[in-house]
Amino acid sequence: MATRAMEIEDVKTGEVTEAVYEHPFLVRLCHWVNAVSLFVMVGSGFQIFRAFPSFGAKIPQKDLLDWPKALALGGWLGGALQWHLTFMWIYIATGLLYIGYQLFSGDYKQVLFVRRDVPGVWPMVRHYFFLGHKPLTKEAYNPLQKHAYTSAIVLGILSVLTGVAIWKPVQFSWLAWMMGGFHLARLWHFLIMWAMLAFVFGHLVMVVLHGWNNFISMWTGWKKDPEYDSE
Amino acid sequence: MKPRTDSRKFKTISRRELLKLTPVVVLGAFAVPPLQKPLLKGGLAVSDWISARLFRSGHLAPTFADADLTPFEKFPLNGYDVDDPGVDFDKWTLTVTGSVQKPGDYTLAQIQALPKVTQNTRHVCVEGWDVIGNFSGVRLSDFFKMIGVDPTARFVSVECADDYYESLDMATAMHPQSLLCYEMYGQPLTREHGAPLRLSIPTKIGYKQAKYVTDLKVSHVLEKVGYWEDQGYSEFYGL
Repeated sequence: MATRAMEIEDVKTGEVTEAVYEHPFLVRLCHWVNAVSLFVMVGSGFQIFRAFPSFGAKIPQKDLLDWPKALALGGWLGGALQWHLTFMWIYIATGLLYIGYQLFSGDYKQVLFVRRDVPGVWPMVRHYFFLGHKPLTKEAYNPLQKHAYTSAIVLGILSVLTGVAIWKPVQFSWLAWMMGGFHLARLWHFLIMWAMLAFVFGHLVMVVLHGWNNFISMWTGWKKDPEYDSE
Repeated sequence: MKPRTDSRKFKTISRRELLKLTPVVVLGAFAVPPLQKPLLKGGLAVSDWISARLFRSGHLAPTFADADLTPFEKFPLNGYDVDDPGVDFDKWTLTVTGSVQKPGDYTLAQIQALPKVTQNTRHVCVEGWDVIGNFSGVRLSDFFKMIGVDPTARFVSVECADDYYESLDMATAMHPQSLLCYEMYGQPLTREHGAPLRLSIPTKIGYKQAKYVTDLKVSHVLEKVGYWEDQGYSEFYGL
């Protein structure tokens, strides 16, 4: 892995620590813009859902969930659609830019979950959930992390495809057909959002557990005292 | 050997990297009350512009077998507006104005003299539900041939007996499935469904399917967009 690293000498104590440039500018930019747009998409999505809190036929309509208005964005259906249809383009643009950059730079290799990562998942799960010892890793991301990030990317792509299927059921009728029809496409869109929220929850828990240096690295790119050997 | 720097220089480097993310702050403009409305209006306009580019004149909306039809009694009615504006069927005419060779009042019989088209298509409401209905009528494109629509005109707008109003882009109006509809499920339109004449445009969202149509205007510039559009809904909303 071609990571930029440097040693930092503290001007007062003379102590030397290491720092690694983990997150290139475009990745950081896409991460934060996409995070804001995901927040807007979920918030406005809930307000859109409130207009027909059901799946399938209109009559008889069984309200699946009375989602509180306070936890939704846009105030009413029309307002929520304005947010949703504006930020979907920002969401798509940052997603494409990110994927394009990862492919172009070759960095996708450190994110993409591949077959050789499979054996490493269970030891990481054991470490996080059953307090087992932490497996050594020589990569930026451990197998469980790679699994989570790869899933988030796949969910991101699916959220767009299911969204387009219900937004344009005529021009992209094949999309809805692939998803089992218009009703199911709407249900998939909803379920994929929950899966994405599950990722966000796990992601935030990990951010808290891994402390300040890790959090700051998503802003400045540089991570002090990385847990792995950079060379 | 890794390059070495001191903690002060590292701070400068970190700050510079942080400042590169300033574009993220631009998104905060959406949270500023006076900017929010114009920004969202602009976003919706971009979305509509892309929608119009995605529209394909020759691409047909899916059609369905009779077995897939939503039963007529389960076809929802719009609860926001009147179910019967009290149209006098004997005196009803469709008043055509604007960029056409033969403006004037057209009777239902004149419209029904054009070739009849019947189709089972999906009616999608902006709220998220949908039904599959059976609609019969004449193609808007056939009617336009009869009234001699100016081929350079860009918009069609309609006025309704219940004070509803709507508009269509010309490409959508000329689509082979766009109907001036006078029958649903093989029966003349009932009053709740917009008798005697409504729009049935399977490539558009539900609120574009205006009922109780009384006036039709062909124009180059759109003066009135639509009842729901004026309250903030998408102007194009093609499916």
